[in-house]
Amino acid sequence: MVVPSLKLQDLIEEIRGARTQAQEREVIQKECAHIRASFRDGDPMLRHRQLAKLLYVHMLGYPAHFGQMECLKLIASSRFTDKRVGYLGAMLLLDERHDAHLLITNSIKNDLSQGIQPVQGLALCTLSTMGSAEMCRDLATEVEKLLLQPSPYVRKKAILTAVHMIRKVPELSNIFLPPCAKLLHERHHGILLGTITLITELCERSPEALRHFRKVIPQLAQILQTLVTTGYSTEHSISGVSDPFLQVQILRLLRILGRNHEESSETMNDLLAQVATNTDTSRNAGNAVLFETVLTIMDIRSAAGLRVLAVNILGRFLHNSDRNIRYVALMSLLRLVQSDHSAVQRHRPTVVECLQENDASLSRRALELSLALVNGSNVQAMMQELQAFLKSCPPDLRADCASGILLAAERFAPTKRWHIDTILHVLITAGSHVRDDAVANLTQLTGGQELHAYSVHRLYNALAEDISQQPLVQVAAWCIGEYGDLLLEGNFKETEPLQVEEEEVLALLEKVLQSHMSLPATRGYALTALMKLSTRLCGDNNRIRQVVSIYRSCLDMELQQRAVEYDTLFQKYNHMRAAILEKMPLVDRGGPQVDEEAKESKEAAQLSEAAPVPKESQASQLLDLLDLLDGASGNAQHPPLLDPSPGGALVHLPDLPCPPPPAPIPDLKVFEREGVRLNLSFIRPPENPPLLLIIVTATNSSENDVTHFICQAAVPKSLQLQLQAPSGNTVPARGGLPITQLFRILNPNKATLRLKLRLTYNHFGQLVQEIFEVNNLPVESWQ
Amino acid sequence: MQFMLLFSRQGKFQLQKRYVPLSDKEKKKITRELVQTVLARKPKMCSFLEWRDLKIVYKRYASLYFCCAIEDQDNELITLEIIHRYVELLDKYFGSVCELDIIFNFEKAYFILDEFLLGGEVQETSKKNVLKAIEQADLLQEDAKEAETPRSVLEEIGLT
Repeated sequence: MVVPSLKLQDLIEEIRGARTQAQEREVIQKECAHIRASFRDGDPMLRHRQLAKLLYVHMLGYPAHFGQMECLKLIASSRFTDKRVGYLGAMLLLDERHDAHLLITNSIKNDLSQGIQPVQGLALCTLSTMGSAEMCRDLATEVEKLLLQPSPYVRKKAILTAVHMIRKVPELSNIFLPPCAKLLHERHHGILLGTITLITELCERSPEALRHFRKVIPQLAQILQTLVTTGYSTEHSISGVSDPFLQVQILRLLRILGRNHEESSETMNDLLAQVATNTDTSRNAGNAVLFETVLTIMDIRSAAGLRVLAVNILGRFLHNSDRNIRYVALMSLLRLVQSDHSAVQRHRPTVVECLQENDASLSRRALELSLALVNGSNVQAMMQELQAFLKSCPPDLRADCASGILLAAERFAPTKRWHIDTILHVLITAGSHVRDDAVANLTQLTGGQELHAYSVHRLYNALAEDISQQPLVQVAAWCIGEYGDLLLEGNFKETEPLQVEEEEVLALLEKVLQSHMSLPATRGYALTALMKLSTRLCGDNNRIRQVVSIYRSCLDMELQQRAVEYDTLFQKYNHMRAAILEKMPLVDRGGPQVDEEAKESKEAAQLSEAAPVPKESQASQLLDLLDLLDGASGNAQHPPLLDPSPGGALVHLPDLPCPPPPAPIPDLKVFEREGVRLNLSFIRPPENPPLLLIIVTATNSSENDVTHFICQAAVPKSLQLQLQAPSGNTVPARGGLPITQLFRILNPNKATLRLKLRLTYNHFGQLVQEIFEVNNLPVESWQ
Repeated sequence: MQFMLLFSRQGKFQLQKRYVPLSDKEKKKITRELVQTVLARKPKMCSFLEWRDLKIVYKRYASLYFCCAIEDQDNELITLEIIHRYVELLDKYFGSVCELDIIFNFEKAYFILDEFLLGGEVQETSKKNVLKAIEQADLLQEDAKEAETPRSVLEEIGLT
């Protein structure tokens, strides 16, 4: 007995009727079995229905690979119904990765030359959706023939198929370039649109094509002008704008043609001005055209007046009630802020208003833009706004806001005191989000005696109120240690004189030491500060000595070591104590190397403050002040140090007898494909055993450049991975400059190292994606 | 355009049209992640978001999310128009379209999309022309079916 097969709609109803996932699975499995049987020996007339059901099931996420051959059969059938579903199946189930896909090439060829328009349409559509490079090569001439067909329906599809073919096989550009000029004379919008897309694609790929097509600029201008000045047309208008799709595409092509080309750009000035002023901007369609116009104006060598007009349009967008428009405006202004700074400055108040947006992606853009707009003259006003924003902004923006403020403050601070105030304010408001270089930063602030006193007073007060914000605590502890005597003098001009007792200061530092909120690094600061106070304060040092000796048995290695050494200072080296703990000399920021005196100050006790590997330099013996300064004042964008450098940044690893460097770990070649090679080098800095540095080098010995190279990595959960920014993302051909990238891996538990890499890049005009696990990692990299 | 997705608030797909090849695993991962990200957006937020190295433009119509992934140099605002135009086409074709129409006629949704976009680019800007093309194809299908109907009925009731 023939079991009647379900109609598609019935199946869908049944599936939707299933109450649980399990039930749904059951229904589908049963049906799939039936479909499979039917494919084998069912009625060919009903095959299309079976495939349709299979496609539906596939869309829900169930496997459907057994339907691939059926697609081929259906496509080869002469019935239109079969072909329709067959081609749809091909687009959904087949792709370049399956060898089966080549088998439809022949069917497509037949269908293309048949002359039945809907069938030709199906074939072209499928070809342009999933056509692989081989298929495109095979069918290029067929498609070319169709470009000259009388029917616009087929022609427009052929043109866009050509676009796809060029993307897959750039050499085919030669075939598809000649017809373009003629196609531009067509009046059918679909054909025009396709042609312009095709020309755009050609120009993007070849400088000769670009030169060649510059001569059609007048024609393009004509078309655009007609669109802009034409009245309403039922067929193509959207909200009073004639065919915005076509307008946008023309503008985009003009952009490419006019880029870096004075002559062409000049011819476009008037037209762009016309479009900018005549477009109805009450609805999104008009704004889309306007937006594209602005992008074009900014990208070509347009007249200065036109550029200002463009920036003003963006400024107007910022006031638009439509959130999407505000978003694109902020994005574009951000891109322009470097090249047209003064024009964008004019819109600063509006940008600052946008900080108040509810939408996080908008306020983030506004923040970036605001930070970019800070300059010497507006810094104080902007800082106020930004600090107000810092108080109320969402947590994920805090870190960026804080570091942005600090960076701006550093570049544009009018007075040192204002700078200190600003940093202090940021530390108090968003201390836990501040990146670690801020600590080093603040401690480097130098100035006259007055500022030391001022700083230490303010820091003391801030600390007394709140000891939870680590960066603040660290800086405060350091300052109190250094300038404790100034604090106790209480004699100070610009704020109210505050009487602080020695005992209070010591109590505060002890509180920090004992608080469970304090990080180990913070405790280190506090302990050292206490130690320094032993020479700054007048009272006897019993209390300090007591604290120090308690910490001799602390479980934390670092603290214990410090405590032991400090204790030794009290006992055996008491005569040297004052000299060792004397005040740091003032340092000239960004100046030349620290002078010898400072270097040689007998800071044997500071052995314990030996900082781990700093951000920039790797495993260098001397912690150069300059490095820290550079790291601090340079890019606030760098990821934070794994271990924050202590505030006593004037710290050097004096002549330590260093252990002999371990045998170098051999390099490892991990990937090779068509001349592109990836190599890993391993470094284990001896002073920091859990740390592994991997330098990834990408080289290219092929004939074609590698572009858009991105390398990502993953390690098991127990390890910590940090990727630094690569040196670039292009490797020129034939052994050009390789890309290097640094990975930092922390592996405190000596867990087995496993590394998975994901590479994406463009090579030979193709997008390459590789994901693989690195085998044969040398054992020395993690043991 | 790299791909267009239609999905409901429950994360069930009604349409997945891809213009760039991806492995099955990647496809699954990407669509799952992206759907979660979009569904997590609050109603007042803007229609654009950056996801991996793509720009995502999405719009919600009743209970369906229309989500497109475009490249860096593409114009977001015009993509919104593309989405809107597609919805209008569906509306015209089904006569006041609702989610159920698309669910039960998912292949038609694909056919309509394929008359509007080709290879990720807009192929026809006239609503009229698109709908005309679909009509013609449907007619062709109907004509063919009519010629064969008697046979199918016999099959269905088990008399070969």
